[in-house]
Formats: sequence, C-alpha cells, structure tokens
Amino acid sequence: MRRKVFYWSAWILVLFCLLLTVMLFSFCAGPVDMPLKKILKVIFEGRGTSEYSILFDIRLPRIILGFAIGGALSLAGVILQGMFRNPLVEPYTLGISGGAAVGVCLNIVLGLSRGLGIISLPICGFLGAILVILLVYSLSIRKGILKIQGLLLTGVMISFISSSLIMLIMSVSHTEDLHGIVFWVMGSLEEPNWLLIKLALGIAVFGLAVSYLFCFDLNAFSLGEEEALHLGINVERTKRLLFIVASLLTGFSVSVAGIIGFVGLVVPHFIRMFVGPDHRILLISSFLCGAIFLIFCDTLARIIIAPLELPVGVITGILGGSLFIYALSKKQVSLGGK
Amino acid sequence: MLELKSLACGYNLKPVLQDIEFKVNDKEFVGIIGPNGSGKTTLLRVITRILKPSKGEVFLNGRNIWQMKFRELARYVAVVPQNFGGVDMSVEDFVLLGRIPYLERLQFFESKMDLLIAQRCLSLTDTLKLKGKLMSEISGGERQLVLIARALAQEPKLLLLDEPTAHLDITHQGSILDLIKKLNKELGLTVVMVLHDLNLASEYCQRLVLINEGRIYKTGTPQEVLNYKIIEEVYKTVVVMEKNPVSSKPYIVLVSQEEREKRRK
Repeated sequence: MRRKVFYWSAWILVLFCLLLTVMLFSFCAGPVDMPLKKILKVIFEGRGTSEYSILFDIRLPRIILGFAIGGALSLAGVILQGMFRNPLVEPYTLGISGGAAVGVCLNIVLGLSRGLGIISLPICGFLGAILVILLVYSLSIRKGILKIQGLLLTGVMISFISSSLIMLIMSVSHTEDLHGIVFWVMGSLEEPNWLLIKLALGIAVFGLAVSYLFCFDLNAFSLGEEEALHLGINVERTKRLLFIVASLLTGFSVSVAGIIGFVGLVVPHFIRMFVGPDHRILLISSFLCGAIFLIFCDTLARIIIAPLELPVGVITGILGGSLFIYALSKKQVSLGGK
Repeated sequence: MLELKSLACGYNLKPVLQDIEFKVNDKEFVGIIGPNGSGKTTLLRVITRILKPSKGEVFLNGRNIWQMKFRELARYVAVVPQNFGGVDMSVEDFVLLGRIPYLERLQFFESKMDLLIAQRCLSLTDTLKLKGKLMSEISGGERQLVLIARALAQEPKLLLLDEPTAHLDITHQGSILDLIKKLNKELGLTVVMVLHDLNLASEYCQRLVLINEGRIYKTGTPQEVLNYKIIEEVYKTVVVMEKNPVSSKPYIVLVSQEEREKRRK
C-alpha cells in the first residue's frame, strides 16, 4: 500500500511538471516569439504594452481553456469507459459531442445567444449532450440489460445523424451565422469571453471532484454491473449520476471549444497502459494528461503555419491517433471488458 | 437466516420461478440443484437483489432485502460468481475490491485493517503466494480461489456460490469444496451453492433443494432428494443409485444408451 501511494504521488508529480513545462512552452511560443527573459521583462513593465496583451489576453486564456477542456474531455472518456467497460466508448463515439454540437448550432442559427446572452450556448450544448445520452442509453437497454454493442453502434449512428443535421443547419443558415458554425465545428480554443473560460475551468474541476467521490464505484464497475451490485454499489443511481457528470463535462467542452475529437479516447488509454485500471489514479492522471495533450496540440496548431492557425482538432486527431497506434504496436494493452 | 416466501419471478412476464418457498438456517450448507434452465441461477439473482421478484419476498434475518441499503446487504451477503470477467488487475487489488462495502465516501485508501483482512482472506484460501500476480496470469482453479477470497473479504454471514466447480478438474473441484466446507464449519458461514454435479452436491451439502421447471420439486437431505425415481423424473435420464463406499452418501451413476439397449436384448 505504501509503495502504491508513493508510486502514485511520484506519477502525479511528474504529470504536474510536464503540465507546467507545456504551459510555459505555450506561453512562450507563437507568431511573436517570447523567450523567458522577455516575458519577465514584459510582466515587470506591466499593462499597456502590446506584448503584455498578447501574453495575458491571448495566450493565457487559451492555456487555461486548454487545461479545462482537455481535462474535462479525457475525464469524461475515463468515466464512460469505466462505466461501460469498453475501451472504445468516449464522448465522441457515443454521439454526445454530436448532440452538443447540434444544440449549439441551433442556438447560433435561431439567434438565442443574442437574446439570452452568451451563457445560453453552453446550456444548449449541455441539453443536446444529455438528450443524446438518454437516447443512446434507452435505445441500448433490452430486458433491463445494457447492450454494449448496441450502445456503440447507436452512438456512432447518432454521431452521423448529428453531423448531417449540422450540415442541414449550415445549409439553411445566414452567411454571418455560417462563419460562426464552421469555425466552431472545427474546434478551437480561441474564446474571448473570460466568463466562459472561468466556467469551463470550474466545471472541469467540479467534474474531477465529483468523479473522485465515485472512484471505488468505478473500480467495482470494472467487474461488471452485477458484481458491482454485489459489492454494495447502488448501480442505477451511480450510473445516472456519472452519466450526468460525463454529459455536463462533454456538453460544456463542446459548446465552448467546438468538436475536438480523440482526447477522450486516446488519453485514458494511454494512461491506463502506465498506471493500470485503478480509478483512484486513473481519474487524476487522465485529467492532467488530457490537459497537457490539448495545450500542446493547441500550441502546435498556433505555430505550425504561423501566422495562420490550424484547427486544433486536426492536430489532436493526427498526433493522438498515430501515437496511439504506435503504443498499441509496442505494448500489449489490456483492453478491459470482454 | 434466509427465508424465501411464495416467491415468483420472471423476465418480461414469462415466469421463470413460481411458488418458491424455503428457509436456510444459520450455519447451514445448502445446495441448489436442478437441470439446465430450471431457474437455479435466477433464484440466486433474486436472493442477491439483481432481479426484483414479481411476487413474494426475500428475508434476511427477518428483514426484507429490498428495504436494506445496498452496502448493508453487501456486508451481509457475498457472491462468488462463476468466473472472472473484469479488467486485469493484481490478485491483491482484486481481493481488496471486496472491502468496498466498508469504505467511506471520502476515503481514498483502504485502511490497515482492510489490508489485514485481505491478507487473511488470501491465506485462508491458500492464495497468499499469488498476491502480486495478475488475474490473467493465474490458472482457472487459482482464480476460483481468489474469487472466494474476495467474497470473504466482504466478511459476509451468508456466502452464495454459482457453480464454483464448473470447468475445473477433479483436484480443484475437491479442494474448492473442501475449502467451502471448512469455511462453513470453522467460520460459521452459511453457504448456499448452486451445483451441477449431483455427486458433489450429495457429498458436501447438508441439505439439497431440487428445482425443476421453476418450482421446488423436493427439499431434504441428500438421501431424501437423491433417489433414482426423482432423478429420472426430473432429469429424464436413466441412472443407477449407489452408495459412496466411504461416506455412504448417495452416488449417481449414469447409464449410457448403448448399455441400456444391450440390457434390453
């Protein structure tokens, strides 16, 4: 036990150091290169310079948002994979991202955000996400038993349907709305609204805290639902609660940053290879690693073809996918479930 | 200890169990037998609260199990499943999962006490040497022992087992049932076990409950339940009853069709 605690603390410390490094890298790198020395100088000079506003109004919000969204998405991935005992389940494959996307698109087209304020965007995203989750869930329950195969297929189909719906919405929308939707569907961490960034951060951390209340429940779930019940877990209630947490995390992330795939699938897998299936360490390390991964990808997206910018989803897909295939071929992964 | 009252249960209105009524006394060793599809496993699932009975009630020490908290039930009843289907983890971690019913919400690590109990359960089942191994690395017989160790870590009063000897060779069958018998005798655990093998049931159980087509066909001691008339009627197979020369418990011998035809000539 002692050894385990030591090992886990060391692991978390390493991830924290990595996170700081990546954050610093992201802070320095960009179209306007800022070595560390210069940054210190800029900070000392205080407000007013253009460098200052690049650092604190452009780069810092992106770093914080990357931390929140990356963490939230991979946390949602861990929770869903743990609950369904299936390594392919993630917000994206379950169609949750798609549902959230449709919600946000509808919001933009119907002009709700103009009437109700910017806060209605994440609310619509969340509603879309939870609607899809309920739909997928109720469609894959047969005779009181949750069918994983059916669940995945339904999720993928709902993903398709929602991307078609998004196209439909795009084709009937005005030009000015269209730009917003396209930008948003491709996924981006550029978000000028500090309130949304703070909210995203708050929800991510809140999700992490809540999921930790259920870390043993998730461990019990890894044996299957009936076994979890034998271990005294209130299975239905826990499932419902974790569902809500996962949709809140995904719905909010998607509604702020658009569709960023792969983070929720790849990161938890990667972490599982290193730390094993215990959710006590899996939750926090996935969160941190997701944050590291997304901040890193976003920085790449900013600097690769600077001053232009790539959609961050492109980088997460290419980098995450290839890293994952490489890791799979290197090491036999225990995929969990059956 | 355990009492089932006029229980009926089914999946989607199709009744699987009907008029089930029996009692298990403290420290008893009861075997549930019956042909495939007779409802044995369903019965076990009703007792562990996975299925809600459509009629009737299940009482544990006089309390309806549906009015108990899940955690409370898990501290009272432990289930040994047929096989292990979870993600791979070390044997020790797996046994520690049995302590979940005793962990508080904000407790992230098992206490020293929990570790000690896990240790004791491993040594009780003679699996302490496997502690550091992964569940995927150990043999089927060892895995069954570890499953029992995890159930014991729940410190239950009632132990339910679903065919603990399925897919095991004769050595492991014997050692597993000997272990369960020992737990029953020494720790005073009440044991309810679903068994396929009639001879093992006869040899180890104090009392048998024979289920056929969702109803209790007969309950009683092995001598009372296992007579050839009952077995031939329920299992629709020709058998010969012998006595185990050592324990003088009933022993069932199967007769093949070829031999039967030879005799008839």
